[in-house]
Amino acid sequence: MTDIGLGHYLTLSAVIFSIGIIGIFLNRKNIIVILMSIELILLAVNINLVAFSIFLGDIAGQVFTLFILTVAAAEAAIGLAIIVVYYRNSGTIRVEEINKLKG
Amino acid sequence: MEISILFFPLIASIISGFFGKHIGDRNSEILTSVFVSISALLSIFVLYQVVFNQYEDNIIIATWINSGSLDVNWSMLIDPLSAVMLVVVTSVSSLVHIYSIGYMSHDPHKPRFMAYLSLFTFAMLMLVTSDNFIQLFFGWEAVGLCSYFLIGFWFKKESANAAAIKAFVVNRVGDFGFALGIFLIFYLFDTVNYSEVFQQIPTVVDKNLFFLGFEIKAIDLICLLLFIGAMGKSAQILLHTWLPDAMEGPTPVSALIHAATMVTAGVFLVVRCSPIYEYSPMILNLITIVGMTTAFFAATVALVQTDIKKIIAYSTCSQLGYMFFAVGVGAYNVAMFHLFTHAFFKALLFLGSGSVIHAFKDEQNINNMGGVWKKLPYTYSLMIIGTLALTGFPFLSGFYSKDAIIEFAYLRGNTTGYYAAGIGIFTALLTSIYSWRLIFKTFHGQYNNKEIDINETHESPLIMLVPLVILAIGAVFAGFLFKDLFIGHGGENYFWAQSIKFLEPLSTEHPPTWFVLLTPCLVLISIPIAYYLFVRNKEIPKQIANINKPLYNFLINKWYFDELYEIIFIKPLKKLGLFLWKFCDGKIIDGFGPDGISSFIKKCSIKANKFQSGFIYQYAFIMLLGFSALLTFLIIK
Repeated sequence: MTDIGLGHYLTLSAVIFSIGIIGIFLNRKNIIVILMSIELILLAVNINLVAFSIFLGDIAGQVFTLFILTVAAAEAAIGLAIIVVYYRNSGTIRVEEINKLKG
Repeated sequence: MEISILFFPLIASIISGFFGKHIGDRNSEILTSVFVSISALLSIFVLYQVVFNQYEDNIIIATWINSGSLDVNWSMLIDPLSAVMLVVVTSVSSLVHIYSIGYMSHDPHKPRFMAYLSLFTFAMLMLVTSDNFIQLFFGWEAVGLCSYFLIGFWFKKESANAAAIKAFVVNRVGDFGFALGIFLIFYLFDTVNYSEVFQQIPTVVDKNLFFLGFEIKAIDLICLLLFIGAMGKSAQILLHTWLPDAMEGPTPVSALIHAATMVTAGVFLVVRCSPIYEYSPMILNLITIVGMTTAFFAATVALVQTDIKKIIAYSTCSQLGYMFFAVGVGAYNVAMFHLFTHAFFKALLFLGSGSVIHAFKDEQNINNMGGVWKKLPYTYSLMIIGTLALTGFPFLSGFYSKDAIIEFAYLRGNTTGYYAAGIGIFTALLTSIYSWRLIFKTFHGQYNNKEIDINETHESPLIMLVPLVILAIGAVFAGFLFKDLFIGHGGENYFWAQSIKFLEPLSTEHPPTWFVLLTPCLVLISIPIAYYLFVRNKEIPKQIANINKPLYNFLINKWYFDELYEIIFIKPLKKLGLFLWKFCDGKIIDGFGPDGISSFIKKCSIKANKFQSGFIYQYAFIMLLGFSALLTFLIIK
């Protein structure tokens, strides 16, 4: 049984980050999944920050994590609110149909 | 004062052209006529000064070009030659202006017409008063431009537009030679001012040049190139085809531009360059031959034409031929004399024919006229005067000038001289016949017009007749009054002074009496002959035409020049143009140029358009890819 070191944390973080990214790109169905994926990315970053903070013995990283969590919560709230408004306007939140940028 | 001669027509033209709508038709007609008349009076005063006070001057109005050794002034050279031209141009022009008030009375674009006429007058004055070749060329092109405007004045008539373009294009051929001549002069003498060039001419007499692979004397080449320009402008054979077509323009234009002034610019050019031509006997002989051929050719064609204006146009062509062969035999002053008298009687004939056309409500075919001499008494008698003067009836102006030409050709004493004199006499006979044919067919015999009743034909208004009367006075007396001045022998107060150079003085002998009497006799005899042929016994000309069908066709088709040019130049050039247009321009330049690039960009953008899906996740993906690539690059670097 080896010790759980920095490398493991970073690997975990990278895996979660990748899942988040892939969740954004491969998701064809639901815009809420995109929102969740973004949360995953943020969490991956948080894991990174905490891991480095422990590794370097610097508390600043953990403080930042707390801030990011707060901001992420706010962002999630705003994102959900946008989705609600969007749904009211267009009657759908299916990703395939959200292509108004095409012009 | 001299400068105002030049600027009055220009100002009149600008006002009438740009503000004609504001000042009204009548005002612009009066304005242009008055201004040009003032400049005519001033010109006559200048001629008076030149004749009696030996006044000569070179007024520099402005520096035009000053670049390296090229030093060109906008100047006004007053010497006997330009003073004569000033009078011819401004007086005929002012009469034509006045005449146009009557002739164009039904036209909706009067101010434009008057503006063009005045502009033409200005351009012609620029041409004749120039003291260098560049300003001469400017005037030369400007008169060509005005001629183009005025031939195509009735722009709704397709034939008028075609004629205008033809005149312009044929003149380009001549102008090309002329421009090359000027380049050569500048190359040889490093200056384009007459006085300096003429001074240096004797130094290059023996100089040879290579031109198109031939070794040729520089002076011959200059003369030849300048003469090509003169041929174009003066409608000499080979480059004459535009002149008959130019009759599509209004008749006053034909009188002013295509009879009295512009077409004589070529003669003027050669006379002005007499200090050059005197050193080139070869080209002088060529000029004689060209002039003689033109005179003969045009006279034969005029014999069978049926359009009243075309007959007179060919007559002009023929008379220009006379002037050129006068120049060719070295009698520059006689050429100028004929130019001077010709301006009067030919303008008279043209304006008179305009009056006839006006009376017949725009009918130009002489076969549809006849029998109206009692209805149009003034026009008739004025036309008779013009015809008498043209044919060289004794003691009218054409008699003095034309006979002088033939005599000087005879006195030249070489083969070309005798030959030219012979052709000259024969052409004089032809001239007389076709002129009388015109008169008899137009005014005598029975009335042939089916469109309008004879009682509807009417005499022209006074405003058209007064200029005719003045011109008729000129046609009658100009020859007699100015004979001694223009072609009198030497003496202390020799009129032409330095403006015309003779290497050796003209022969002062008199040709034998029988020779002097020959032409007037032929002219006199031809009148009853013409009367018999064209009034009494009209079957004879028809029979002659029927018997000599090929000859008749040859003449009525104007020696097939137009057809020949069609085959030799126009068709191949059209094909070449089509090839250049369709293949070179369309396929190659457009294909790889604008069209190719635009279609390539269109294809690219259609492809690029596919990236623009509108799905945010795709954009984000691309951003990520880009970001990763950038990062990778930075790390690896």
